[in-house]
Amino acid sequence: MNDKNLEKSRLGALVYDPAPESASIANIKPSYGLFIDGAFSDASSHEHFVTLNPATEEVLSTVSRASDADVDRAVSSARRAYEKVWSKTSGAERAKYLFRIARLIQERSRELAVVETLDNGKPIRESRDIDIPLAAAHFFYYAGWADKLDHAGYGANPQPLGVAGQIIPWNFPLLMAAWKLAPALAAGNTCVLKPAETTPLTALVLAEILQQAELPSGVVNIITGDGSTGAALVEHPGVDKIAFTGSTEVGRLIQQRVASSAKHLTLELGGKGANIVFEDAPIDEMIEGIIDGIFFNQGHVCCAGSRLLVQESIADEVLRRLVRRVEQLRVGNPMDKNTDVGAINSAAQLARIEELTAFGEREGATRYSSSCVLPEKGYWFAPTVFADVAQSHRIAREEIFGPVLSVLSFRTPEEAVAKANNTNYGLACGVWSEKGSRTLWVAERLRAGVIWANTYNRFDPASPFGGVRESGFGREGGRQGLEAYLNV
Amino acid sequence: MSDRLDVRKTYKLLINGAFPRSESGRTYEVLSEHGDFLANVAQGSKKDVRDAVVAARGAQTKWSSASAYNRGQVIYRLAEMAESRRAELGEHVGLAEGLGAKQSAKSVARAIDRIVWYAGWTDKIAQVFGGANPVAGPFFNFSVPKACGVVGVVAPQESSLEAFVDAVLAPICSGNSVVAVASERRPTPSVLLGEMSATADFPPGVLNILTGATGELAPILASHEDVDGIDLSGLDEVVANELHALAAGSIKRVYRSGHDAPASTRRLRAFIETATVWHTIGQ
Repeated sequence: MNDKNLEKSRLGALVYDPAPESASIANIKPSYGLFIDGAFSDASSHEHFVTLNPATEEVLSTVSRASDADVDRAVSSARRAYEKVWSKTSGAERAKYLFRIARLIQERSRELAVVETLDNGKPIRESRDIDIPLAAAHFFYYAGWADKLDHAGYGANPQPLGVAGQIIPWNFPLLMAAWKLAPALAAGNTCVLKPAETTPLTALVLAEILQQAELPSGVVNIITGDGSTGAALVEHPGVDKIAFTGSTEVGRLIQQRVASSAKHLTLELGGKGANIVFEDAPIDEMIEGIIDGIFFNQGHVCCAGSRLLVQESIADEVLRRLVRRVEQLRVGNPMDKNTDVGAINSAAQLARIEELTAFGEREGATRYSSSCVLPEKGYWFAPTVFADVAQSHRIAREEIFGPVLSVLSFRTPEEAVAKANNTNYGLACGVWSEKGSRTLWVAERLRAGVIWANTYNRFDPASPFGGVRESGFGREGGRQGLEAYLNV
Repeated sequence: MSDRLDVRKTYKLLINGAFPRSESGRTYEVLSEHGDFLANVAQGSKKDVRDAVVAARGAQTKWSSASAYNRGQVIYRLAEMAESRRAELGEHVGLAEGLGAKQSAKSVARAIDRIVWYAGWTDKIAQVFGGANPVAGPFFNFSVPKACGVVGVVAPQESSLEAFVDAVLAPICSGNSVVAVASERRPTPSVLLGEMSATADFPPGVLNILTGATGELAPILASHEDVDGIDLSGLDEVVANELHALAAGSIKRVYRSGHDAPASTRRLRAFIETATVWHTIGQ
């Protein structure tokens, strides 16, 4: 497809009156300490760092930077709580704590949604309708497992691992905290959670919720910091299990570091998901699905459908429609309830997206970016589609982690599968077709942990999530998610 | 003293269903536990490892897409082959491990029973470890355990047959193909098992067995980009730590021997991947 003068919608983006959510409910404190042993305390080094609103670059709050000594304090607290309290708490009692936490998240859901959007830059519509409800649902789901572990399929009386060190990314801050904490606690472990440097706030609100739930002190410790804090947690000899969600690059380092220890490890890493579109797919749903697959959460999604593989016979039409749809996306104030695409989470991430997209143009791909007007302050990137992409291009191989779609084409199902699997990653793929037998044929052959058929980017606590190959190992969600926290 | 000179066997590698000598032309001397000469066994090389991985990759898709029933029959057939050669296996296990006739016969019996155990697993794995997931929304959501791909096995050094059977059949029964490095000092029982696999309808490349210096071959497997998982059971802790770190280069699944109960499924689960499919429901 070489026509550079693709029709753009004459409507452009429909003009909506602003419908901002109120920020006042957020109640963000000017500063937060480390949540260790049931209470907030200052870092031993008294070092702090600020967390920004990426949509405005305004400082939201100041948080403590946990040093090695603080990590040690948190791990010791978790160990004490494990030995003295949590390992002696029955499954039925653990379940009730988790149900309580689920309910408290629901009660404070609007506050959490607003804090999440302010700290992360994601549209309030997404934090309100997806992140926070799913976080509550995750606690609710795993609560029920706590007293039924004998039925999880790993033999009778499965035992917990002990102290779990959990390191989570900035793209779904509260949801990732829930994905880590809920199964770990249900299985009987205690936790030290390290939120991402740029998005610590909802985890700290969660710490308040844990206090309200009267979860015994030390069962969950939440320590803020940067990569060095995470590294100290990985290295700490008192940790029995490391669960990490983040880049493949860091995951590889972590696997190397824990290789000479007895630590258990699960990794949920990067991806370069293929969204495969056959000519018989329902076109309107499919276009929406492709859009959702890549522009949901600004493309800051490890399972994003960042490679579109479209059957040649419909390639021109799909591209034309996509470009028009991209033009209609509402980009801007994340607090506006009408916003589709919010802010890029950080200056560093924006720089990476800009670098890779510039490379895409240099390598000869054709770029279509939304002509939307971007705010002057904050970190922004216009939703972008690249056509004429070859498999060898960096934008087809590397995870961009931004609102950038690479479009490639194929002729036969065999070719689609071969191209989809032509990556070191293997997290998620999409298949669009009305022919069920073909969908299942393709799904069987895709090397990926999650396959969405005629939908994309769906998540549920009952559904195992995780990758193959360099997208990591272990599953989160479902019965399979318990395995990561049991000594089985 | 027998009045007939016995015919000795040349112990070779098993790669892609064939029994080549090492491309390096090397052999090494294998002694019995009591120090008597047993055989000159092929000493595999880096090239042999790479050839075996290519063979394993080539065979894996077909093996994992064969019906679970079929895979079960192939593995059961291996038990049949082993059963009729119990005496020979027992003799080799006895010489290799320094066991008396009774003990080695028992070990062989346990190994064969273990093969049968795995034969019965192939068509249970999906039901036991997968299933339908009750998600909110109009979707049929199901999880299927799949093979992780090509698995390298550094077989335990002491137990010449029983541990080898466990190490190679756990990944094979779930649809992986295997490149195994046999026990360095006690390789002959596993070479025999490899010969039996060729007459048990194992498709070429599903089970590849290399003999030689573990310290030379294992690092090649651990760092090989086209190996998806590795079992490091046959290494002491220090070396296993090093190779585990090498395996992290391509985020391999790593299994390190624990003291798993015989009924444990830990080794079986080490090399399966849960794939979850969401399909819309609508009219």
